Amino acid sequence: MSPRLSVRKTYKLYINGEFPRTESGRFYAVTGKGGELLANACRGSRKDLRNAVVAARKAFGGWAGKTAYNRGQILYRIAEVCEARAAELVEELRRQGAPAAEARREVESVIDRWVYYAGWSDKYTQMFGSVNPVAGPYYNFTVPEPTGVIGVIAPEQPSLLGLVSRIAPALVGGNTVVAVTSEKQPLAAVTMGEVFETSDVPAGVINLLSGIKSELVPWMAAHMDVNAIDTTGVPSEAIATVQKTAAENVKRVVHFDAAAIGWDDHRRSQGPYAILDFQESKTVWHPIGM
Amino acid sequence: MTTTEIQTRERLTPGPASSSVLWEYAPSLESTDHVKLASRYNLFIGGKFVEPHSKKWFESINPATEERLAEVAEADAHDVDRAVSEARRAYEKVWRKIAPSERAKYIYRIARLIQEKARALAVVETLDGGKPIKESRDVDVPLAAAHFFYYAGWADKLEYAFPNRTVSPVGVAGQIIPWNFPLLMAAWKIAPALAAGNTVVLKPAETTSVTAMLLAEIIQEADLPPGVVNIITGAGATGAALVSHDDVDKIAFTGSTDVGKRIQRTLAGTKKKLTLELGGKAPNIVFEDAPLDQAVEGIINGIYFNQGHVCCAGSRLFVQESVAEAVIRKLRERVQTLRVGNPLDKNTDVGAINSKAQLEKIRELVESGVDEGAEIFQSSCALPQRGFWFAPTFFTGVSASYRIAQEEIFGPVLSVLTFRTPEEAIEKANNTPYGLSAGVWTEKGSRILNMVSKLRAGVIWANTYNKFDPTSPFGGYKESGFGREGGLHGLAPYVVLS
Amino acid sequence: MSESLITPPAGSFAPALLRRSLADALEMDHGVDAVAAEERANSLAKRSLKKDSKVWGLRLAISMMDLTTLEGKDTRGKVHALCQKAMRPDPSDPTIPHVGAVCVYPTMVPFVRQALKGSGVHIASVATGFPSGQTFTSIKVQETRDTVAAGADEIDMVIDRGAFLSGNYQKVFDEIAEIKEACGPAHLKVILETGELANYDQVRRASLIAMFAGADFIKTSTGKVAVNATLPVTLVMLEAIRDFHHATGKKIGMKPAGGIATAKLALSYLVMLYETMGPDWMNPDLFRFGASSLLNDVLMQLRKERTGAYQSGDYFTLD
Repeated sequence: MSPRLSVRKTYKLYINGEFPRTESGRFYAVTGKGGELLANACRGSRKDLRNAVVAARKAFGGWAGKTAYNRGQILYRIAEVCEARAAELVEELRRQGAPAAEARREVESVIDRWVYYAGWSDKYTQMFGSVNPVAGPYYNFTVPEPTGVIGVIAPEQPSLLGLVSRIAPALVGGNTVVAVTSEKQPLAAVTMGEVFETSDVPAGVINLLSGIKSELVPWMAAHMDVNAIDTTGVPSEAIATVQKTAAENVKRVVHFDAAAIGWDDHRRSQGPYAILDFQESKTVWHPIGM
Repeated sequence: MTTTEIQTRERLTPGPASSSVLWEYAPSLESTDHVKLASRYNLFIGGKFVEPHSKKWFESINPATEERLAEVAEADAHDVDRAVSEARRAYEKVWRKIAPSERAKYIYRIARLIQEKARALAVVETLDGGKPIKESRDVDVPLAAAHFFYYAGWADKLEYAFPNRTVSPVGVAGQIIPWNFPLLMAAWKIAPALAAGNTVVLKPAETTSVTAMLLAEIIQEADLPPGVVNIITGAGATGAALVSHDDVDKIAFTGSTDVGKRIQRTLAGTKKKLTLELGGKAPNIVFEDAPLDQAVEGIINGIYFNQGHVCCAGSRLFVQESVAEAVIRKLRERVQTLRVGNPLDKNTDVGAINSKAQLEKIRELVESGVDEGAEIFQSSCALPQRGFWFAPTFFTGVSASYRIAQEEIFGPVLSVLTFRTPEEAIEKANNTPYGLSAGVWTEKGSRILNMVSKLRAGVIWANTYNKFDPTSPFGGYKESGFGREGGLHGLAPYVVLS
Repeated sequence: MSESLITPPAGSFAPALLRRSLADALEMDHGVDAVAAEERANSLAKRSLKKDSKVWGLRLAISMMDLTTLEGKDTRGKVHALCQKAMRPDPSDPTIPHVGAVCVYPTMVPFVRQALKGSGVHIASVATGFPSGQTFTSIKVQETRDTVAAGADEIDMVIDRGAFLSGNYQKVFDEIAEIKEACGPAHLKVILETGELANYDQVRRASLIAMFAGADFIKTSTGKVAVNATLPVTLVMLEAIRDFHHATGKKIGMKPAGGIATAKLALSYLVMLYETMGPDWMNPDLFRFGASSLLNDVLMQLRKERTGAYQSGDYFTLD
């Protein structure tokens, strides 16, 4: 009786609620700490990115139009499914080089961060909205509204917590996301795509692309239908160029100073201000009369 | 503990059918066979179900059939003391030591369990209290889950709710709730208290304690540390014992204005914090440019939803004279289409009156309306033989001085008055010691905004009525009470700021 | 508003009288709150009908159906088959009533007339440049006359949406009155094409204009656009009919058309009709469904009630 052979997983992209291979057909090798081959990840192309933005744009109206309660429920569901699949996520991180205890801590932080942001869905409006006492017979109020399609460049490390920390606040605020995963360690992030797809997240709300950042970032920065870009995972020497390119359609450019703050600060690695980064502010006037 | 199966009550047939009913919808009864009730419930103290000190239990009946549903324990001062001690111990030793993000997770668990058991809870709520299954299923239970979800999210975010202040819990909260939305009121009370780090002793209303007991089972299933939530059943005496217990830091009461005032007197001179949510006699104001058919729906919903057992019910209709005839005519036609009967029937719109005592109160006030000279209109619907029932009713030709225009009836009875100008409407609407809610119907935005700025009520609905949401603060002005439940404002009663 | 509405005698055309009535229609107009209307429609859709009451409703629904085929590729053969189905929807159950009408394009009317002779099923035809209505009034009038002459006893016309949306209500009103006159003895259904109107306010307004101009029935849709009949739109139209009845004493019929494919939905419409209008409207003289595939779903539901088993489409003819 010969030993049982395992069925190896194929790591694909996550676009519009589906798992296509990159249209370019290209791959790149993902290696472990000792240089061993872990997987051939998709080398995402500009066309994949283009398709992802189309999907994100199409999904935006529906996602932004959901009640805050509904969005919160979906984020909580993501946490539930992550919890159920924690072992798998821990294993992906461990394979990519993290010590077991560290991998475990990272996955727990990921789950807790989803729960944290789920709880903000129906509260940040009360924090950042207002009724303004203008000097005239007008009712005047300000409400936050989601910015639109957000491009997120996830940090290299921590490959899962970093990604989740940057996309969760965009999502809970009603935005849709196209994210480029950690280049060297994409595997856990790619698995997260499966979590999203089984957590009632509508197709196109979150899109994940693995690939070479230097190939994808310039296209993201220049895309006229991306409304904001999160540069947290962009190599520091490339940030100024991204900022300049982003000016073409006045993208909001957001950056989280991971080096200074870290990812585990309950007050500063997460919070409502991260949501506010991806909100616009609308003020309305209406006369008060009879 | 023995269990009893709940049988579908086929005996709830209406009386002789009206001869002109063309289309009889056959009974469409919600099934009850998946629901198992204990024949007897004990007190939930320190995470366990314990027998009452007095060894006395009382009946909880189904007001639609007068049949016994279950027995519920009667807590005396001894039990109250035990519950408060458990709450104090849990507060000092356990709950305030748990990280806020982990507290949140307990509360999320409770929310999820309510969702999982939603249908069973809705069925029991209907059986115990008499409200239509379509309301307990579509309103009470989902909102209860939503309240727990909403406040769970605040548990680890309190520093954002109160800028520039250090936030601490109050301690042990004693909470007394009414019989009109039993499970929902329990959620309104428990969720914010727990989120802010307090522990709770809750006393449900004596005619509707069963869903509170099911909530206790859910709390056990959620593994909430023992003593964080204690539920003690009983009547007025139990509530009084809780209110006057020295080791309770805060009292939250929803119920009648009379009892609210009594509680306020009792607490005088103590350091206990207090919030009250009391009665109302809400004006529902319809202007000539209102979307008329929808306004009529709003009027109907405002007073007949939950049989009018609603503190914020729109019980005084103010209709602009120019459209009074049309509105009253439409109201008459619409009232006739209300289906009154077996609350377990999915097609029932108006269920049973919660208790014999309440039915007597309603009858007495309706008689006074007739005696004082108002013109009565009552639905000609057939009412079941057994149980407590009152046909949807409205009075026209009502003067502001009539008892039916002043006193809270808490039943399916509407008083209709007219007005000519907005100023008159505002004056008459505000001319009451109450101030819980109000409704305004007009297509004109500027008028809505003006009316809402002048109406003295804690909740105002424009072009809608009886809408509730966990993010939306609810509470009254004047003798309708003070303090808010829901929203960011709903945290305030449960925290100490320093 | 005039206390009594004077219907012009057939064959006459009195613009002065009718112009006064447009003002009457607009006087009865008022806003409709969309959120509340949709809520009411949804709550009526939650009614649960079982057993006898369900069977009664389903049979009534069949008797109210205008079995419809309106395609460029309709032929005599197609229409003949449809008429057989209309007269005997389920040959295995002779207790099932015939439908209310067969609805076709004008050129098909003679074949329908022949096929339906003596059956009691009405002969309905569209006219007036259906579905867009974007042709000259003279053509519309002529088409109506010719279609009635060919044997149609019911005419389904479309209103001029372009005129309506640009605020030219007089034109809309006058055209309906002219078509009504051209109908002669045939009854007139006026299609508002609610899917092209901006909101429920406009639906109410169009309903009132159509009724004051002489419609016997008001109808939601042509079935040829993206959004056809919905429960809230039907509710708003019924409320307008109710108000019109109160003001004039005249009972106008209502026909939702397009998008009603399931028995369950059809029953929701009937519940809405019953609870909004009362028993008087619960007959084919005052309510019709414009449908095609609905019939088989209703037949399947009826057979399920009879046999206790869920049905398959294989056992019911397509036409």
